[in-house]
Amino acid sequence: MADTLQVWKLTKSQDGWAVIALSGDWTSPNAFPSGILEEKYAGVRVEDAGIREWNTALAVFLFNLSKECDRQSITLEMQGMPHGAAKLVALSKAAPPKDLHKSLEVPHFFELLGEKAKGTYDSCMVGIGFVGELLLSFYHLLRGRARMRWIDVWNEIIKAGPKALFIVSLIGFLMGLILAFIGSIPLKWFRAEVYVASLIGIGMLRLMAVVMTGTVMAGRTGAAYAAELGTMQVNEEIDALESMGISPIEYLVLPRVIALTLMMPFLCLFADIIGVLGGMVVGVFYMGLSSLEYWQQMSNTTRVNDLLVGLFTSVVFAVLIALCGCIRGIRCGRSSDSVGQATTSAMVSSLVCLVIATAIITVITVNLNI
Amino acid sequence: MEETKQNVPVAVRNLTMAYGGTLIQQELDFDVPKGEIMVVMGESGCGKSTLLRHIIGLNAPASGQVLRNGVDLWNCTEEEHDKILRSSGILYQSGALWSSMTLAENVALPLQQFTDYSDAAIKEICEYKLSLVGLAGCGGLYPSEISGGMRKRAGLARAMALDPSVLFFDEPSAGLDPLSARRLDELILELRESLGATVVIITHELASIFTIATDSIYLDAESKRMIARGDPRKLREECPVEKVRKFLNRET
Repeated sequence: MADTLQVWKLTKSQDGWAVIALSGDWTSPNAFPSGILEEKYAGVRVEDAGIREWNTALAVFLFNLSKECDRQSITLEMQGMPHGAAKLVALSKAAPPKDLHKSLEVPHFFELLGEKAKGTYDSCMVGIGFVGELLLSFYHLLRGRARMRWIDVWNEIIKAGPKALFIVSLIGFLMGLILAFIGSIPLKWFRAEVYVASLIGIGMLRLMAVVMTGTVMAGRTGAAYAAELGTMQVNEEIDALESMGISPIEYLVLPRVIALTLMMPFLCLFADIIGVLGGMVVGVFYMGLSSLEYWQQMSNTTRVNDLLVGLFTSVVFAVLIALCGCIRGIRCGRSSDSVGQATTSAMVSSLVCLVIATAIITVITVNLNI
Repeated sequence: MEETKQNVPVAVRNLTMAYGGTLIQQELDFDVPKGEIMVVMGESGCGKSTLLRHIIGLNAPASGQVLRNGVDLWNCTEEEHDKILRSSGILYQSGALWSSMTLAENVALPLQQFTDYSDAAIKEICEYKLSLVGLAGCGGLYPSEISGGMRKRAGLARAMALDPSVLFFDEPSAGLDPLSARRLDELILELRESLGATVVIITHELASIFTIATDSIYLDAESKRMIARGDPRKLREECPVEKVRKFLNRET
C-alpha cells in the first residue's frame, strides 16, 4: 500500500534530460529503484508533481539519485523540490565520502595461523614483561620508593578478604560434604568408613580447599580486577597515571597482588576448617562415626605438611589470579566490548594457570614425599 | 487550551530535581514550543545535564511535572511513555555509541526495532544519515576506530534515525573543531527548518548559542533556580542579572 503512495515518473525531454516527476506521500522509505537511470541522459531534473507530505524518505531518494548522477557525472537539478529536502541533500554531500580501505578479504589459512602464533608469542612476552615490571616495583617497595598507597592495599584487603569469607566458607563446607559422600561409597565396600576422616583430611587440606578457594577468588576477585582496570583503561585513567610518571603497575597492580597474596592463605585455612567440619557432618550423621573417632583418625593420618602444601599452593594461586586479572585489565582495549573480553580472558587464563600450577605442585610434592 | 497544550513538545512545570537529599534545581517552569531551539545555559555543575535527563525520562522529578505534547511523562500509560521516548532523539556528550556495533549498525538499530522498513531501505537511510553528519563511507567502522568528534557526529546520526520531532543535544559542539561545530549548527538549523524539529541544547559555546538559539534559559548553581529566560542575543545586552550578561559576554 505504501508503495502506491510515493510515485515517481520518468520521462525523457527533447533535450535529452531525464525528467523525474514525484508525487504522493514520501513518508515511507523504500529501497532506491535500481536501474532508474539506465539510459544515457544529458542530465536529470526532478520535479514536484504534487508531493503531499515528505520526510527522510524523500531525502534518501534524492540523496541516492544525486549519488547515481555523480557516478555518471551528469548534473542533477532539484530546484523543483521542497526547499528543505534539497538543502538536506546538499548538506549531506557537503563532506566528501571518506574512502576507507578496510580489507574484507578472508585471509589465507597460513596467514591466520601465523597471526595467531605471533599473537600468542606477543601475549607471552607481554606476560613476562609484566611479571618483570611487577618484580621491579616490588623491589622499589622494599626500598621504600614505590608509588603506592597503603590505604589502597587495605581497601583491597577488605575486598579480597572479609568480603569473600561467606562464599568461600559456603563452598568449602559443601566441598567437604560432597567429598565425604562420594568417598563413603567405596569405603563402605571395604567396611572402612572411618577412613573418610583421612580422605577429608588429606583431600581437603592438601587440594580441594585451595582449589575451590582459588576458583571462587578467580571468579570473584580476578574478574573484578580485570573489569576495574579495564574500565580505567577505557576512561583514560591509566593514561593519566602514566603521563604523570606514576607506574600503573606500582600504583594499581602491586596493591592488588599484595592484598590477595596476604588474604588467600587465610581464606584457604578457613575453607580447610569448614570443609573438615562438612566432612564430619557426613561422617557423624550419615556414616555413623562418632566425632571423636573422626577427629582421632584425622589427626593420626593427616600431617602438618598436608596443611602447609595447601597453604603454599594458595599463595601461588593468589599471585596467579591477581596477575591474570591485572594483566588483562591493563591490556584492555578502548571499548565496553573489550572490557568484556578482558574479563573473560582473565577468568579463563587464571583458571588454566591454577590447574597447571596444581598439577606441577602435586607432582613435585608427592614425589618429594612432602 | 487543550489544543495549544498538545503543540508544546516539551513543557516543564514547577520542576524540582534532586539526587537523594541533594537539591539540584528547584521550581523550574518553562515551555519549548514547536520549532524552537532552546538553549540551556549555566555554569558547570548547575544541573543542566540533570534537567536533560529529566526531560528525556531517565530521572524522575522530585516534584513537579515534565509534559511532553501535553502528556505527563511520569504519569501516563506505558504506551504513551514509549511513544514519547521514540519521538525524541538524543545526542549524548560523548556519543554513547554501542561499541560492539559498527556505525551503520548503530544507526540501523532503532530503525530495525521500531519500523518495518526493508533491509535495503534501512541500509540506504543509514548511509544518508551518516552522510548528513559528514561521515559518508564510514558505516563499516567501529566506534573504537574513530575519533571523539566523529563519534559525536555518528551519535547524532543515530539520534536522527527515527526522524524525531524533538532533538536533545548534550554539549554537541564540545570537542568538535570549529568547522565541524559550524556544520553541526547548520545541520541543527536545517533540521528545524525542513522537518520542523524542536531542539533542546545544552551548550557553552557562545558562538553556537548566538547562531542558533531562538530561546534560552539560564540555570544558576547558587540559588538553584532559573534566573534568566529569553533570546540570548537580547539577554546579552539587557538581562537584569549581571551574572548572565557576564556569561554571555565572556567577561569575568
